[in-house]
Amino acid sequence: MSKNIKFLGLLLTLIIIFIILLKGLNVSKDYSNEKLKNKIDFSLNAKKLFSDEIINISDLFDKNSPSVVNIWASWCAPCREEHQFLMKLKDMNINIIGINYKDSQKNAKNFLSSLGNPYSEVITDNDGTKSIEFGAIGVPETFIISGKTNEIIKKYIGPLTNENLLEIKKFIKENV
Amino acid sequence: MSNYLGNYSLYIALIASVYLIFKSYLDANSENKYLDKNFILITSIQTVMITVSFFSLVAAFVISDFSNETVFNNSHTLKPLFYKVSGTWGNHEGSLLLWLLVLSIFLFIFLLNSRSQDTKYKLLTILFQQIIISGFLVFILLTSNPFKMLYPIPSEGLGLNPILQDPALAIHPPILYLGYVGTSIIFSASLASMISGNIGDKWARHIKKWVLVSWVFLTIGILLGSIWAYYELGWGGFWFWDPVENVSLMPWFCLTALLHTVIVLQKRNSFKEWTIILSITTFSLSMSGTFLVRSGILNSIHTFANDPSRGLYILSFLFILILMSILIFFFNQNKISNIAKENFILSKETAILVNNWFMMFFLSVVLVGTIYPIFLEVLNGSKISVGPPFYNNLLIPFLIPFLIFMSFGPSLKWIKDKLKKLNYNILIIFLVSLLISYVILTKTENSFLLSIPLIVLSIYLLLVTIKDFFVSKSSISQKISHFGFSLLITSILLNGLFSNEFNSNMKVGDERIFNEKVVKLKEVNVTDVDNYKSLKASFEVTNKNSSFALYPEVRIYQQPLTITSEADIKTTLFSDNFLVFNILKDDGYYNVRYQYKPLMIWIWISTIFIGFGGLLSIIRKNEQKY
Repeated sequence: MSKNIKFLGLLLTLIIIFIILLKGLNVSKDYSNEKLKNKIDFSLNAKKLFSDEIINISDLFDKNSPSVVNIWASWCAPCREEHQFLMKLKDMNINIIGINYKDSQKNAKNFLSSLGNPYSEVITDNDGTKSIEFGAIGVPETFIISGKTNEIIKKYIGPLTNENLLEIKKFIKENV
Repeated sequence: MSNYLGNYSLYIALIASVYLIFKSYLDANSENKYLDKNFILITSIQTVMITVSFFSLVAAFVISDFSNETVFNNSHTLKPLFYKVSGTWGNHEGSLLLWLLVLSIFLFIFLLNSRSQDTKYKLLTILFQQIIISGFLVFILLTSNPFKMLYPIPSEGLGLNPILQDPALAIHPPILYLGYVGTSIIFSASLASMISGNIGDKWARHIKKWVLVSWVFLTIGILLGSIWAYYELGWGGFWFWDPVENVSLMPWFCLTALLHTVIVLQKRNSFKEWTIILSITTFSLSMSGTFLVRSGILNSIHTFANDPSRGLYILSFLFILILMSILIFFFNQNKISNIAKENFILSKETAILVNNWFMMFFLSVVLVGTIYPIFLEVLNGSKISVGPPFYNNLLIPFLIPFLIFMSFGPSLKWIKDKLKKLNYNILIIFLVSLLISYVILTKTENSFLLSIPLIVLSIYLLLVTIKDFFVSKSSISQKISHFGFSLLITSILLNGLFSNEFNSNMKVGDERIFNEKVVKLKEVNVTDVDNYKSLKASFEVTNKNSSFALYPEVRIYQQPLTITSEADIKTTLFSDNFLVFNILKDDGYYNVRYQYKPLMIWIWISTIFIGFGGLLSIIRKNEQKY
């Protein structure tokens, strides 16, 4: 009898620890969504991928509605995964700006011509410094940025999921 | 090419694993007297396959094959060859492959070394070990495959974190893993002996080797990590109570307890259940260490690199193993034959039990400090940070009774000892240590009441362990390890008591006066080296009539952009002079930190003594006498 109680007690403790650690896994994931930066420096200049022309990044944003910024690279496998979701966003008429991170121009163009180009404009970031300005720590990352106040409204680390997609869509439709 | 080779050999190893699990399960239930020859054959095939897989990853790193995603993410063509090779296990995927390699090699060695053991016991050990191996194989193949291909092939890799480009760190993970993984054999073997009912002195003698092997590797692994933190991180300490460090310390406490308990089992045939519980706990702690570090639950800033499914997988796997072992323990408990034996308070058994209590206490403090922040965050969302004060306040006072017990415990006799009349040797040693402590304590101003008994007792223990070399009858390996431990405690205490430092902003030509020493920044040279830019400063430290130079360095790596500080340390037998500097904004000033740390080198030397004692015990044949 006492043996069974010991056993059940141990089992119960184990299950509780398991649940807490399981929850802990999710808690720490929420952490990384904390914004490292709140505002984007709109005075930044960057080179366009397709035309090699240097522009001011503030020109890329729509002043009246939020835009989506996506940092990607042709060599990044998760970027390939999330590409389909970006195409869906494009079909919803959402303005997506691409930042091509540490990539060769040829590979980047091949990537877009074979899979489709979801971006209204792509700027290049050969040395990774532009992405740092956005507070990014890796690829892929996706931001929702307000064109009016140049604030980062939301940030997704890692490839987008279907859930994220719906959230972005809902958010942008509400804020036009 | 190497990608395919590495990948497919893992699949073959998985097939071998599945075969071995079924075969060993079936054979363990039949009453076969001999171990089927196929077991050795299939196990060697599996070991060879995993070895092939591991070395094809090493090869991919050496030739900088960037079609491999792991290589691409962690290597760079400009990196020196040595660090290309060590880069293999400097990342998540590669380090898991190394875990797996060690797991299978250890099982293979176990099979070769346990011919005289009972067949059923061997079969069950294979079964449990293969369950662990297959768990890791599936984990690697599903969530952390090191052979993922990239297309188009990038022309250059992303580089390895330059902080990780250090010789101590290059060999630190493999050594630590040998310790961690060694505990898996102890785990499998203790579950197997539980079921086959052969726990006893014979089994203890056989498993003690594995306990020692794991313990020695774990000790040296922790030492290397600590040395790396001291020399490379540039913080001037050797232990930071960082969660990642703690997870290596927890199995060490448990293993140290087990190491002592297994001796009781061998000599007196008691503490059977406790030995099994410790074996299970040690391995669970090693696995939890992997979970805590690899899942990103601790280092939340690194989670972006981690697939969330990884944490979930390790967590589930860990709990399935723990659940399995608890079930086996409870349903086979009646097989343990415990002959009631009289236990006397004054005996070696009791002394070892006391040692175990202390180890469990230290373990729980570290466990709480490491896990509690995670729990609290889940339960009410608040974030707390548990730092050195927590550990120091909870651990240091308990060192006092621990040191007292350690000074006489090892010399007690088995079964029953008598209180002798006052032993004059002991009294003299105690008085001498009082005298030495008095001399030491008058030299420092920041002495607290607590540090007086600590210093007295640690010096007393040091002298007693030295005396034991000449009079005690216990084994030489035990004497060396215990001496090493007392030396470690003494060095740490004196180091903590006498360390001092200053922190200041200086520009070239400046002088600072500190504790009768003059520290002068003479010049800073900028040069370009292999894959980084180097700023080398030249300092002169003048102390009364002697002077010496120190050349700390700041390195600016480009791939990825990282700035590291290389401290320059002048080490003598008595003290370390530690100097590190950092770049401030471009106004010509540098932030300079100078530290005086007495007896630093003895912390490393004493730990080597501790490990050496264990090593000696493994290789000496007549050790069994004691």
